[in-house]
Amino acid sequence: MSVTETMIEVSGVEKSFTLHNQGGASFGVLDNASLQVQSGECVVLHGQSGAGKSTFLKALYANYSVNSGQIALRDGSEMVDITQALPRRIIALRRQTLGYVSQFLRVIPRVATLEVVMQPLLDLGVERATCEARAKHLLQRLNVPERLWHLAPSTFSGGEQQRVNIARGFIVDYPIMLLDEPTASLDANNRKVVVELINEAKARGAAIVGIFHDEDVREAVADRLVDIKAI
Amino acid sequence: MSSEVMNNTQPWQDLEPLLSVNGINKFYAPGKGCGNVNFDLYPGEVLGIVGESGSGKSTLLSCLSARLTPDSGQVIYNSGQFGKMDLYDCEESMRRVLMRSEWGIVHQHARDGLRMNVSAGANIGERLMAVGERHYGAIRDKAEQWLEAVEIDTGRIDDRPSQFSGGMQQRLQIARNLVTYPKLIFMDEPTGGLDVSVQAKLLDLLRNLVSQLGLSVIIVTHDLAVARLLAHRLMVMRRGEVVETGLTDQVLDDPQHPYTQLLVSSILQN
Amino acid sequence: MNALTDMNKGAEGYNFAYLDEQSKRMIRRAILKGVAIPGYQVPFGGREMPLPHGWGTGGMQVTASVIGNSDKLKVIDQGADDTTNAVSIRRFFARTAGVETTEQTAEASLIQTRHRIPERQLQEDQILIYQVPIPEPLRFIEPRETETRKMHALSEYGAMQVKLYEDVARFGHIATSYDYPVMVNGRYMMDPSPIPKFDNPKMDMMPALQLFGAGFEKRIYAVPPYTRVQSLDFDDYPFEVQSWEENCSICGSDHSFLDEVIIDDAGSKMFVCSDTDYCRERVELYGPTEEKQP
Repeated sequence: MSVTETMIEVSGVEKSFTLHNQGGASFGVLDNASLQVQSGECVVLHGQSGAGKSTFLKALYANYSVNSGQIALRDGSEMVDITQALPRRIIALRRQTLGYVSQFLRVIPRVATLEVVMQPLLDLGVERATCEARAKHLLQRLNVPERLWHLAPSTFSGGEQQRVNIARGFIVDYPIMLLDEPTASLDANNRKVVVELINEAKARGAAIVGIFHDEDVREAVADRLVDIKAI
Repeated sequence: MSSEVMNNTQPWQDLEPLLSVNGINKFYAPGKGCGNVNFDLYPGEVLGIVGESGSGKSTLLSCLSARLTPDSGQVIYNSGQFGKMDLYDCEESMRRVLMRSEWGIVHQHARDGLRMNVSAGANIGERLMAVGERHYGAIRDKAEQWLEAVEIDTGRIDDRPSQFSGGMQQRLQIARNLVTYPKLIFMDEPTGGLDVSVQAKLLDLLRNLVSQLGLSVIIVTHDLAVARLLAHRLMVMRRGEVVETGLTDQVLDDPQHPYTQLLVSSILQN
Repeated sequence: MNALTDMNKGAEGYNFAYLDEQSKRMIRRAILKGVAIPGYQVPFGGREMPLPHGWGTGGMQVTASVIGNSDKLKVIDQGADDTTNAVSIRRFFARTAGVETTEQTAEASLIQTRHRIPERQLQEDQILIYQVPIPEPLRFIEPRETETRKMHALSEYGAMQVKLYEDVARFGHIATSYDYPVMVNGRYMMDPSPIPKFDNPKMDMMPALQLFGAGFEKRIYAVPPYTRVQSLDFDDYPFEVQSWEENCSICGSDHSFLDEVIIDDAGSKMFVCSDTDYCRERVELYGPTEEKQP
């Protein structure tokens, strides 16, 4: 992509939580948050633990609702405000446009690793052989040994599960990617691979918002550092 | 890399809902039943209706599936055969045809959804025979295909459901419904009463079939894990009212209503 | 059917053919309805007959309603005129209606039957009246009357086809050998009464009027003359009738329904026509058969 476009446009977002069953305790996390992210750009959120980085990312994925404000994401030529969109619109977005890699692999217990990784691409109707090839390639890059490919990830170590998670998160070329501490349980080698994947995504024009604990990763991928309290 | 969308991943731009529900009310007594339910369901969507027993979810399901006339409100179904149908203002014959062709119902207890005294093959073939299929060989072939699809050994095609395990009976129920490629399936606690490992297998099957066949599903369950796995959208019911509705992961991870918060927090998170 | 007359040649103190005229009218209305809707079961107000249920009271009520002075009545039970039931019923009408009775199919104007259709082809001026125990062909699949009525109304007959499927799956062929369900006039599924399936083809385009009476269930149905009656089957498992290797030991017929008769303690058997009148007629025409049975 030669021309950069605004891929994410957040304005005036307010998010607070009310715990009705704990005496109605309420606390605000985001207040008048705004952010713009261009294609090919990687914005890294930083700030203290509990300051709202994860909350913000989840709001971008529509996993959390917001109390007010807009969150517009580019889908082709259209900007979709996910705070107003119908569930099926959001699901369509998540299928082909909006990717999310969390810290933890949400495992469906009996599904083999290869299937887990292939699934998002299969859901788009890409033929199986292509999905399989891509999945294997990613798993290889992430140093997930072949003997694990046909096993369900539920018995893997934390690091292995996370690498499966990352493979799954990167198998589709999403124009927008949200990364929540993807390298948390990885060694230096594998962190490098993730950095490569992120940079490749940037190179093809993806807009990325990420939270990274490791400084070396941050240095390697961030185009902008944004303090969560400042947005 | 371009990604082509197959015809079973419906474009979100479908303008016509498959099922339109307006102001459904059905109460047996104050707080017992369901009230003021409104939603649209689009092709390929899975809607989960969750709540505790007595929340009215099963009553609602019966109203939606033309098995219980509501006190007021409309259910409009966009039929491939009959066009837009107001379910409670149309010929009973049309409703019955719908039930056998475009719709499926998976009951909690297999005995409500199967003929227990005829073979598995006959159970699956019945819908075909009901629409005039008269070639025994062809019926049998289809039955075998569907047994395979629901992972039942085809060698059991002549066994009766009473000889099957609970999980197999449920899978047979599913096969029996799918043979006419329905567009909309209603499920009432399909995994209730099954062992956990058996539940898991059934859920996997449902998940795959729903996505492969582009089915719309309305599933009633008290089990949030089932809802999370299968549903795109959730409706939370309490004492007959819909207290919260939205994207499944949003409702479960960021519940707004006090009751939803209570429900979610009562489940041990993994 | 003759015009009604007051001249009752039957027993003293009884109305002609036992039933009162109002009841007969009611039953005739039901019959007319049945004739107008071939194969459709018409409910009627069944009357008490001086026999218990299960002994042909339904058939008798139909006969009583259509019989007239100049009718000749034949009554058969499993093809024979001389069984206890056939004899009783025939005598009943002889007494209460004073009508002529006969054992000859060719001579009868009314034939009441249980479990068989006469071998001899019936004519346009004859009426065949069947005794029916359970009129509902779908009863064994669906016990609810409310549901079977809907099934008939909406032509929902898949469940019957399921039964046939089960037979083929279990036995390799459709195992029903009597009471074999049929489709009448392309619209209603009908129970032909417990006649052997061998007799089913006779119902198709029969020149005579066929009436069916179920006394206990209180249903009447009819197949008008020259109506299509087709036995259910599969394209790849078509309807077939029974056949025997043997011929009738008495008349030599190779095309009638044969009864197997054990003739001694050693278990030797012979096969004879179930339709006794037909057998007799053949012997009259062609002489007794010389074939020795093994």
